[in-house]
Amino acid sequence: MTPTRPHTESAPPGRSGLARTVTSDTGRVVRISGPVISATDLPHTRLFDVVRVGTERLLGEVIKIDGDLVVMQVFEDTTGLQVGEPVEATGEPLYAELGPGLLGGILDGTQRPLANLSTDGDLYIARGADPHRLDRNRQWDFRPAVEVGDRVGPGDLLGSVPEGHAIEHRILVPAGAAGIISAIHPGPATVLDPVVDIDGHPIAMLRRWPLRRARPVADRLPLTVPLITGQRVLDLLFPVARGGSAIIPGGFGTGKTVLEQALAKFSTADIVIYVGCGERGNELTEVLEEFPGLTDPRTGAPLMERTVLIANTSNMPVAAREASIYSGITIAEYYRDQGYDVAMMADSTSRWGEALREVSSRLEEMPAEDGYPAYLATRLAGFYERAGAVQCLGSPERTGSVTVVGAVSPAGGDFSEPITQNSLRLAGCFWALDTALSRQRHFPAVNWLRSFSQYGLDAWFDREISADWSPLRRWAAASLQDEGVLQEVVSLLGVEALAAEQRITLRIGQALREDLLQQSSFDDLDASCPPQRLLAMLRVVHEAGAAMRSALQQGVAITDITAASVLADLGRMRRWPADNIDESASRLIQRIAEEMSSL
Amino acid sequence: MTTTDAQSPFTVGHRTVTRVAGPLIVVDGMDGVGYGELVEVETGDGPAREGQVLELDGSTAIVQVFGGTVGIGRRETSVLTRGRAARTGVGNDYFGRVLDGAGRPRDGGPQPVPDDYRHVNGLPLNPITRAHPDQFIETGVSAIDGLTTLVRGQKLPIFSGAGLPANSLAARIAAQARVPGDDAEVVVIFAAMGVTRREAEFFRTEFLIGGAAARSVLLLNLADDPTIERLLTPRVALTMAEYLAFEQHRHVLVVMTDMTAYCEALREIAAAREEMPGRRGYPGYMYTDLASLYERAGRVRGGAGSLTQLMILTMPDDDITHPIPDLTGYITEGQIVLSRDLDRQGIQPPIDVLPSLSRLMNAGIGVGKTRDDHRGLADQLYACYARGREVRRLMSIVGESGLPTEDRRYLAFAAAFERTYLGQGPARRTLTDTLEVGWQLLAPFPAAELKRVSAEHLAHYHHEASVTATDA
Repeated sequence: MTPTRPHTESAPPGRSGLARTVTSDTGRVVRISGPVISATDLPHTRLFDVVRVGTERLLGEVIKIDGDLVVMQVFEDTTGLQVGEPVEATGEPLYAELGPGLLGGILDGTQRPLANLSTDGDLYIARGADPHRLDRNRQWDFRPAVEVGDRVGPGDLLGSVPEGHAIEHRILVPAGAAGIISAIHPGPATVLDPVVDIDGHPIAMLRRWPLRRARPVADRLPLTVPLITGQRVLDLLFPVARGGSAIIPGGFGTGKTVLEQALAKFSTADIVIYVGCGERGNELTEVLEEFPGLTDPRTGAPLMERTVLIANTSNMPVAAREASIYSGITIAEYYRDQGYDVAMMADSTSRWGEALREVSSRLEEMPAEDGYPAYLATRLAGFYERAGAVQCLGSPERTGSVTVVGAVSPAGGDFSEPITQNSLRLAGCFWALDTALSRQRHFPAVNWLRSFSQYGLDAWFDREISADWSPLRRWAAASLQDEGVLQEVVSLLGVEALAAEQRITLRIGQALREDLLQQSSFDDLDASCPPQRLLAMLRVVHEAGAAMRSALQQGVAITDITAASVLADLGRMRRWPADNIDESASRLIQRIAEEMSSL
Repeated sequence: MTTTDAQSPFTVGHRTVTRVAGPLIVVDGMDGVGYGELVEVETGDGPAREGQVLELDGSTAIVQVFGGTVGIGRRETSVLTRGRAARTGVGNDYFGRVLDGAGRPRDGGPQPVPDDYRHVNGLPLNPITRAHPDQFIETGVSAIDGLTTLVRGQKLPIFSGAGLPANSLAARIAAQARVPGDDAEVVVIFAAMGVTRREAEFFRTEFLIGGAAARSVLLLNLADDPTIERLLTPRVALTMAEYLAFEQHRHVLVVMTDMTAYCEALREIAAAREEMPGRRGYPGYMYTDLASLYERAGRVRGGAGSLTQLMILTMPDDDITHPIPDLTGYITEGQIVLSRDLDRQGIQPPIDVLPSLSRLMNAGIGVGKTRDDHRGLADQLYACYARGREVRRLMSIVGESGLPTEDRRYLAFAAAFERTYLGQGPARRTLTDTLEVGWQLLAPFPAAELKRVSAEHLAHYHHEASVTATDA
């Protein structure tokens, strides 16, 4: 078989036509300021075209054109670059390479595999490396789903290859291509070998797609199914829908990264794209060392086989940090189009915003709030709106989704800053992390009074889990609210100032906070909590409340009720063995009722 | 960046300084100069000063002059380029020496003989070549060993306030740090930026007098030394440290003080360049700049060495939301926060454990590393102390008599915790001692109230008192 060129998918219908003529220019550097350089003699260059800068051929991207002067951001360190060095314009925008072999990958912000960025035995990232984004030599077992003579159009299923143990990587007709299948080449193939011919044109598995452009879909669907995260506070009080978006703002030390990693490990997504954007190298190493040893609880396959890691740590070049978000979402959309539910974690979107700010400042653009460029809101919207549940293009009919969870690191922990505020307008879930809670070691430190979810998912929980889900959920939310009000009174007047009935509300609130909402990521039994277990725990707390109230009516002293030793067992619910949850729950409910009535 | 490295074959002089403003000069005719390259500025008056190219526009360069710009004029000043980025010598010959902020001897001794030269900016470690830090370091300080455990390869700052004893805490950690069961020596590279002579003398005494000299290097940029040189000091220190840690497989502790002085130098350059200021006038790229220093901590796969960073910063007006502690906290793996209240009460070291945190603690503690009950005990001490502080706040409103017995027990715990656990004074505590002090403090609590500790640890370690002292 003769290898083909990777198939560059054309723009979605309704936009410009097929691939334009590629004209490459060679210009020269005239100005250097950190990651921003300017060049002249590049007349054919367009905005966001990729450039190769200097004799080391550093990767860059055009961000501004001003007369003869073309301004670009360089994704690598520019130290040593000189005025007068050549700049080669490729005439193409920055592409992602899509195809089998993405899963399990560990990539930098421009999708370069990290393993190929250091020469053998070297610890550091070399400059100017330009490895293939996808392995060109690996063989995949192509299993066709079409026959010669079939008429196919964009998004139609051509066949699939197994990618790991759990994921069928579906090969689709590229956007912009259509016709009749004229030949099929089943069996082992590299990503560049043709697997089918359409009207005599060989089609390989590798696709290229411009990073900054959303991939086309047949239709957008309403968001009605939750992405179960395994975190009790989120699934119960602030659930996120598949295809929705959530933001996690929090000052340092409030547990953003631990929460993002827990979601990456335990959420019920088929595919997880984890983007470490401007964060710590050691944290990424932790993921790299931990994930290969973990299994996906739903498929039993290694967790890495459903995961793509994109790592641009805080000391790696700032412009590539900006690109990393787009690399991530493009790969997410690619798997969504195959009919998968994809979750993308971005830690942290603030570092991405800061990269925009740094480049904008070097361009001497007029800043808006806090020095961020005026187009910050537009860029954030462009990113968050790529989340969604969709009817995929092509046949067979299938749906897919991309859920986006973005961590936000507000300066000084102050949520009034621009990234938090602009993201808040776009995201459907707001999971506010609270410094006060984290200092009490209440984790996840999600503040239940400030956070919200705009997705109405009660109907799904009532139907799929249990009909008493939404009444109990409302009860829990109201109890926490009441407790919050009473706590303010207590902080002014002391607990003695409350009526006995109110002190029971206080005790229920305490049980909800300490025994239900708190969850330890470092305890294997407790790290992830399925909805059934959550419901059982919630029922126990609810029944405990009822038992306390009825004891009070029987005339038992309030101090005896709240000091009942059986209430300490609420704290052991999280460590119940996974089988027989319901039985453990009813046993505890019974013991609470017995002890309360014996007081 | 040392003067012995002057035998470079290719030197070009330029004589067209067009502008001098603050720490920057603008030079014309700088063809063939690389971005970030090192230059030498000769004024004919005293030794050449070093500078670095910050921006190139055609043949014009903006150069920051590390030695300060006093005496530089449009005439009689020439700028020499050597065609290379800023470098420093690295090696074992630097031990026991006092260097200036740019790495030149300031103790009157001979020029050290370096093993090699390295670019001071370093290169980013490839994340896949890193090894996750998980080796416990015993510092002998309970608040750190017990509750904010330091591990090899971690970067942990000390958030201090003016007048708080951060320097002596750092010196104490540097002197006492050891890894139980591992005799490998810890070498200390100390980078001081903008410190006073009194502080410099303190560190010189701590590190170079006595037995520690053979394993210490001191880089001193004093408060009245050129400000811009402070931008080099941590880079020179970290470059030397990286060489020792990743090529010589030594365990290196880099102590950097005071990061606030460093950030102010960064702001000075940004202001001189008329850049758009960010929060409180600090440049928008301060996060990236600090990350380029702090991220140089770590361990690598297959290497026995490690680079641990302990940096001190003074929070202006004790404000933890100030951009310097704020951005630092977002990059580092936790923080140790000093408290003025505790210091006033004479509790030494005055570590406020509630806002303090070690993100790598979990990797470094537990069975086979410290002890099985370490995590649960730490969580329980935190929880009890947080509750005790909350009750203390409440007491200031309702009075002690208005508190239930249970609350009074927490109040007494908080006071005892501060007095004995935190306020250990100069004595060194082993980890076993630290854990034991923790369990003794928990003795007044009935087992049922200690929810953070597992039943088996309670059975094994809890000294539950039959009659508690506070149940009056």
